[in-house]
Amino acid sequence: MNLHLLSLLGGRLLVALLTLLIVSFVVFCATQILPGDVAEVLLGQAATPEAVAGLRAAMHLNDPAILRYFRWLGGMLTGDFGISYANNRPIAELVAGRLGNSLQLAAATALFSVPIALALGITSAMLRGSVYDRSVTMATIMVISVPEFMIATAGVLIFAVWLKWLPALSFARDVHSFGEMLRIYAMPVFTLSFVISAQMIRMSRAAVVEALNTPYVEMAQLKGASRPRVVLRHALPNALGPIVNAVALSLSYLLGGVIIVETIFNYPGIAKLMVDAVSTRDLPLIQSCAMIFCAVYLLLITTADVIAILSNPKLR
Amino acid sequence: MAIDAANTTAASPRRAGYRFNLTGWISLIVILAWAAVAILAPYVTPHGISDIVDTDYFGPMSLQFPLGTDYLGRDMLSRILFGARYTVGISLAATLIACTIGVTLGMAAAVTGGWFDTALSRFVDALSSIPSKLFALVAVAGVGSSIPVLMLILGIIYTPGSYRFARALAVNVNTADFVTVARIRGEKLSYLIRAEILPNIIGPVLADVGLRFVFIVLLLSGLSFLGLGVQPPEADWGSLVRENIGGLPFGAPAVMAPSFAIASLTIAVNMLIDNLPQKIRDRSE
Repeated sequence: MNLHLLSLLGGRLLVALLTLLIVSFVVFCATQILPGDVAEVLLGQAATPEAVAGLRAAMHLNDPAILRYFRWLGGMLTGDFGISYANNRPIAELVAGRLGNSLQLAAATALFSVPIALALGITSAMLRGSVYDRSVTMATIMVISVPEFMIATAGVLIFAVWLKWLPALSFARDVHSFGEMLRIYAMPVFTLSFVISAQMIRMSRAAVVEALNTPYVEMAQLKGASRPRVVLRHALPNALGPIVNAVALSLSYLLGGVIIVETIFNYPGIAKLMVDAVSTRDLPLIQSCAMIFCAVYLLLITTADVIAILSNPKLR
Repeated sequence: MAIDAANTTAASPRRAGYRFNLTGWISLIVILAWAAVAILAPYVTPHGISDIVDTDYFGPMSLQFPLGTDYLGRDMLSRILFGARYTVGISLAATLIACTIGVTLGMAAAVTGGWFDTALSRFVDALSSIPSKLFALVAVAGVGSSIPVLMLILGIIYTPGSYRFARALAVNVNTADFVTVARIRGEKLSYLIRAEILPNIIGPVLADVGLRFVFIVLLLSGLSFLGLGVQPPEADWGSLVRENIGGLPFGAPAVMAPSFAIASLTIAVNMLIDNLPQKIRDRSE
């Protein structure tokens, strides 16, 4: 660890924080852009002008937008996320349980998909140009080009409707045994894994292909090392940084996929909470969920960058 | 085979025009077919899109209804053909918005440099660190989801990507001597980006437009699938999946058919870009 490296990492973290600040501003603006009066919406059509004025004052809606922005930001920093419009409960309470569920789903997906995706990516890079490689590449392009809900519906059609192995679109909350839990988690995890594996295979394949194109790999081949040895001993250790970077970046695709998957399988996670909030226009809840998503996303992206910096021996 | 065809084209630059390989041709035909369907929708649909033509709902594939019927007994083929209008039309408009703004700003930033470039790039980086689906949800919650608004939202969401791509290309061209000469000649910014930069990056930029179109089709379909995109009674391909999702337990063709329509379009665009002659695609390197 030298000073240069530390300043590089510090700079990266600073950029992440600054980005989060700009993102919070954009999220706030996007949800405040319409002058549509929240107080009137909340009170319904029968509201008297006095009641609306009173509620406006109570909710500080008469303050300038910039003041409300800073109040909202300050509240979030101190852990006060505000009150949901829809059911008058504190948002922190609504989010807490749901966040755990979503993280559980994400962890299960990562555990399942990372080993498989890396194995496919690395082997297809090793056998570059072969039928195997081309079919893997073709399959990843296909998966990337179709919407997530198509993978989910196709999965349900095959495993639940035709083969009858798994329950369909319902998500039961009462789980009695481990086997039951596996059956319930299978479809959401399977769908999400498909989505992020495609990205991971592409990126890890590219990282290994790049490592295999270096002069030291050519040297190893010329001295007569076997193909597995060239890949495992010479190429892979150097491609490790880019591969871990690829994994962190691919995991950020989880966020997009999880919105569709939680909705389609009725999974009680934070993305479902947010989609429901959008349908009811529950703005404070939407803002909070959006900030949580962006924070997680930035965390993954920044982690990927930090790993890329740390794994570069030129900077050590 | 794809690589061979591309290489021959690159190796013999004197031959006029571009040569596509077989995959490229098939993809192009699929894309043009969907474009034709989108334009001619009212003339090619076998049944009215809101006519209830079958007494049964979620009907199977038959000669009369090649893709079955939907949850109300309407002809699925007609609804998909008509849905092409919304999916292709909205996505195309959004792509044009995203790429026009993005490419123009990107070239302007690269040519101008200085604080304008730095501030804009930093802001755009921040925007692109909001996951696209999440951005769309927040925007729809704030502004609603009428069709013009959808075009604008989708356009804005994909502007940062287009900006970054165009800027990265333009920065390279900007260091070329002919740009320096033009600048010394005293040409204005608008002339520089129009006459000096754009012609030199147009190939890769067009390929990027295609990719962005795919992203936008997928995001629009996802939004409509969540019920937050195109609103009933109008229906794009994503809405068609949503309204027929109840037929999934019966294995009704109405659920999967619109998905296949989306997949045929997006895969075709991806394949076309992958099989573009090297000449168009790889000017960036």
